Amino acid sequence: MGEIKHVLGIFATYLGQYFKTRLAYRTDFFGELVSNLINELINLVFIVVVFQHVPLLNDWTRDEIIFIYGFFLIPYALFSMFFGFWDFNERYIIRGEMDRVLTRPLHNLAQVCLESIAPDRIFGVITGLIIMGYAAIQLDLSFTWYDPFLFVGLVVSGMLIYGGVYTAIAAISFFSDSRTGISPMIWNIQQYGRYPVDVYNKVIRFVLTYVLPFAFVGVYPAAYFLRKETWYAYAAFTPVVGIVFFSIGLVVWNWGVRKYSGAGS
Amino acid sequence: MGKLYLELIRIRFLTLLAYRVNYYSGIIIYAINIGAYYFLWGAIYGGQQQLGGLSVEQMTAYVAIAWMSRAFYFNNIDMEMAQEVREGKVAIEMIRPYNYLSVKTAQAFGEGIFRMLFFAAPGIFLISLFIPFQFPSTPEAWGMYLLSLMFAFVINTQLNLLTGLVTFFLFRNDGMMRAKRVVVDLLSGLVLPISFFPGWAQTLMGYLPFQAINYYPSVIFTGAIPASRAWQMIGFQAIWVAVILIPIFVLWRRAQTKLVVQGG
Repeated sequence: MGEIKHVLGIFATYLGQYFKTRLAYRTDFFGELVSNLINELINLVFIVVVFQHVPLLNDWTRDEIIFIYGFFLIPYALFSMFFGFWDFNERYIIRGEMDRVLTRPLHNLAQVCLESIAPDRIFGVITGLIIMGYAAIQLDLSFTWYDPFLFVGLVVSGMLIYGGVYTAIAAISFFSDSRTGISPMIWNIQQYGRYPVDVYNKVIRFVLTYVLPFAFVGVYPAAYFLRKETWYAYAAFTPVVGIVFFSIGLVVWNWGVRKYSGAGS
Repeated sequence: MGKLYLELIRIRFLTLLAYRVNYYSGIIIYAINIGAYYFLWGAIYGGQQQLGGLSVEQMTAYVAIAWMSRAFYFNNIDMEMAQEVREGKVAIEMIRPYNYLSVKTAQAFGEGIFRMLFFAAPGIFLISLFIPFQFPSTPEAWGMYLLSLMFAFVINTQLNLLTGLVTFFLFRNDGMMRAKRVVVDLLSGLVLPISFFPGWAQTLMGYLPFQAINYYPSVIFTGAIPASRAWQMIGFQAIWVAVILIPIFVLWRRAQTKLVVQGG
């Protein structure tokens, strides 16, 4: 218990520091909020405009697709809030910051996560909730008393999937200190999770389910709330996938840290 | 003077050549994006022959060429300018015997040529192996596409110069530059051809320069419009190039007196 309290205390301090540095350049801070919002809305515009031309997308209606997209935004925003070390290779390996992290009392992954935390991404969660809520009202969805709990569980699982995959990818930097260019690739693959997987061909569907299971972040769990019974089994597996992939990420990370020999000067 | 800028283009090209491995992952990223939209559009068309004035085949060509055109015209000179302003390097740049903005444009062009040769050209070839689509059939159609692409590059670079210049006044505007990037991606027609938008939105976008960056060259490439309309589009692009020069000159004049060197 004491340990957790300690971490939370440090978390609060980092949060304070974060807002101090960001608000020093206020227009920039708001500019970034706006750019994130625009980024999230662009896909909504895409969906809305496309459905002016067609009634269905592989049997999915417009509002169902919007619901999936809104759901997807929530674990994605949480992921980018807590795993914001997209420049890990550059910042920690090439510049040698990792050496400092290793001397800190916290677990090194927790330390890296804390240092790159992006609390302003909470707005992404809000945007997601609004989009999802709108679609839920349009679809006249009904919820049971335990659905909010399942929702939180599925969202956290989705975040863990991204977190696990991304941690594993970042850990590659421990083995090779040159630039890998892999992380932006993963960054781009995530967008496949936004739409129903039956849109894609078999190979991509397989990859999105078993290799880089991003379908478990959007479509599969969202299908549960849309009461699409064909996907229930996948939705139920979401927490398992989350735990498995986050564990893989952690194992690869720890292994990498043991191999790490320092590259900076 | 021309020789100087040629040299700048060459140096930027060679610098990028030294780091070309970075760009191979770029090809894969673009392939991922093209793949995502290819399948998505396939599902959207379903059984329909024509949507928004484009057939399925033309849409496929559109998706591929829109991303590959972006590979050519895209650059980060606004971010570079912002960094130079922040670090104070811009002060040295400004006392050198050349025009700072022309230097940036020349560097952007060097990057463009590099991306064209090592990124867009092999990329479009690779993608045509997996996703069948039609290339323009006549040399004239190719000429119109390439001319239009050149203008697209100039307009996009001009917009980058503009947002880069804003740093002189705001000191730090990464957020705005990033917002501009996503806005350009949407309004230029990269994710969605302009002809899909509802009428009022199309009218509105007609008053903005963004569709000249991607929609014009891409739709010319697909062959979905007659040659007369294509020439009209190229004419619009030329007009935009001239129009955007005005705010650049005004801002540049002001920026020189306004410059605050932060650190350095």
